[in-house]
Amino acid sequence: MPTTLFDKVWDAHEIHRSEDGNSLLWIDRHFVHEGSFHAFNKLRERSLPVARADLTFGVADHYVPTLTRSLDDIDDAKVRGMIDQLADNTREHGITLFGLDDPRQGIVHVLGPEQGLTLPGLLMVCGDSHTSTHGAFGSIAFGIGASEVAHVLATQTLWQSRPRQMRLTVEGTLAPGITAKDIALTWIARLGADGARGHAIEYTGSAIRGLSMEARLTLCNLSIEGGARCGMIAPDDTTLAYLKGRPWAPEGEALEQAVAYWQTLKSDDGARFDRDITLDATEIAPTVTWGVSPEEALPIDQCVPDPASLNDEGKVRQMRDSLAYMGLSPGQQLTDIAIDRVFIGSCTNARIEDLRAAAEVLHGRRSRVPGIVSPGSTQVKKQAEAEGLDAIFREAGLEWRESGCSMCVAMNGDLVPSGERCASTTNRNFKGRQGPGARTHLMSPAMVAAAAVAGHLADIREL
Amino acid sequence: MRPIKILDTLACPLPLANVDTDQLIPARFMKEPRSIGYGQFLLHDLRHDESGNPQPTFILNHPEAAEAQVLVARRNFGGGSSREAAVYALVDHGFRCVIAPSFGDIFSSNAVNNGLLPATVSEEDAESLLEALGEAPGPLRVDLEAQRIDIGALSVDFTITPTWRTKLLNGWDDIDMTRQHQAEIARFAADYAHRHPWLEPPSDSATIISRG
Ligand code: SF4
Repeated sequence: MPTTLFDKVWDAHEIHRSEDGNSLLWIDRHFVHEGSFHAFNKLRERSLPVARADLTFGVADHYVPTLTRSLDDIDDAKVRGMIDQLADNTREHGITLFGLDDPRQGIVHVLGPEQGLTLPGLLMVCGDSHTSTHGAFGSIAFGIGASEVAHVLATQTLWQSRPRQMRLTVEGTLAPGITAKDIALTWIARLGADGARGHAIEYTGSAIRGLSMEARLTLCNLSIEGGARCGMIAPDDTTLAYLKGRPWAPEGEALEQAVAYWQTLKSDDGARFDRDITLDATEIAPTVTWGVSPEEALPIDQCVPDPASLNDEGKVRQMRDSLAYMGLSPGQQLTDIAIDRVFIGSCTNARIEDLRAAAEVLHGRRSRVPGIVSPGSTQVKKQAEAEGLDAIFREAGLEWRESGCSMCVAMNGDLVPSGERCASTTNRNFKGRQGPGARTHLMSPAMVAAAAVAGHLADIREL
Repeated sequence: MRPIKILDTLACPLPLANVDTDQLIPARFMKEPRSIGYGQFLLHDLRHDESGNPQPTFILNHPEAAEAQVLVARRNFGGGSSREAAVYALVDHGFRCVIAPSFGDIFSSNAVNNGLLPATVSEEDAESLLEALGEAPGPLRVDLEAQRIDIGALSVDFTITPTWRTKLLNGWDDIDMTRQHQAEIARFAADYAHRHPWLEPPSDSATIISRG
């Protein structure tokens, strides 16, 4: 019977299936970060050891400062404590740590692929919803909660019920300036923030095959914003070219064996999906969010929507509430929305390609608003500096910082002040996500750069 | 984990859609140890104004909200971040069940792992329940065995994944369940390593262990 890519990878990891259809799955790679302390505490309560410390990797990213790499320079004792606690927990259990001052440090979903820890056909988990990112290599990767983190630490396995499957096909050629971010915001706006709930997505079609590895990572990263369990893309030559020579990737004979297996990792012709969604690449425009959910997104040449145009009472209420929080009026041109600051960073859009795209727009120009650029990893930072991108950002008036989650989630103290409006390359425009009262507009790195130059949301195609 | 069979309790209406986990517990509280009790952080920024004073009209500030064990909300409850702290905030506040037309996937499994029942109802039924409750906490009964919710004369069905229902009814814990499969796991792991020799991480990169 023809099978899907998802089923092939799932089946290869299934240890046991219970009568009611729950699968006990083997986990190849498990990442932990500062927030995983609840899980380590659970282990401690039950006096359990970590089953496979060699398959577990610690990453300091959520709480790391972006102004320094020294723990002693962190004023907030609780923030410092979070980073220290991760170091203690990983040391105690013999887990490799990519810590604050490690040259390989970065946001977990940037670091994994960069280090070659993310490979095709794996089953990967992390106590972080954007773990879906790693599916770009054709692995099953998803976020889990602290109880599940404790379970994986204790057993290297996880109970899951097999999700339904959705194929999202994007055919055609993307117009210049249109990115993976725009593809994602377009489908999420169409299907809703819970549109893919309960589903694993396989992205396919000529537009997807044409995406770079960085862009595929962005697309899979945002799967969770449409409610999907995970997102994946079948490995191909682009995948292989990216991972060759990475520190943890196989080499030589091992690589040959791996490649032979990876070549089988694709959905067979005639494989059945529970849902099929198709997008026309040529119709995708630069897209921005106007509300407080990623589903509240529109092409940049449109206006802020009018609740009066809806007839569903619940939706009217939701839209009124979003507009009130965002301080926007119906009918306003999106390009007339003035911004207070910009943020270029996060596991969604802070890889080297993203920084290049933003720098290209900012080259020789000034930003009208303050802003931070935080590279996705310390390696990305080094690469960007080698290419002179840091100078472009600085000359444009933006701050060039160290790598971390930073203003994506405001845990380390980098935040958007209440009431301020931020054009951001991140993934969540939730109320208070970038700080209490912060107003977030999500868009691609080039669009954030364009907004910085204009001082208001702007259409990259007109620059 | 405390099993759930029947909840005869007060329910709080929360007529909002897309109540994401960032709202359920804002990130800045997640540095706190669980022992201080996460209930105080639940929906913190909806519950308080900018200077930190309670919003008198917000449902959780209703004098009877502290006794409520059920929350009724609109679609896409608990979407977003995987933070289990969102569930801790609900549980520590005293909630044992959330009723909504849809839930974030990770939220639901976190909920079940902490003995909190995510009960999925149709959009229409969620609206009827919200209407029946009005603006204040009101009595409601959840029967997990029968998968039914009763409020006065109104009775609606809810759905839940069968495995989760079993887990909640029995108060089972996954780690205990998995340990019964230890031999099977060991056999699988050995065979798996044999079939995927290229997955063995290179040993020299494993030696660099840095301090955070
Ligand atoms: S960058 Fe943002 S979304 Fe990504 S892992 Fe960090 S906090 Fe989560």
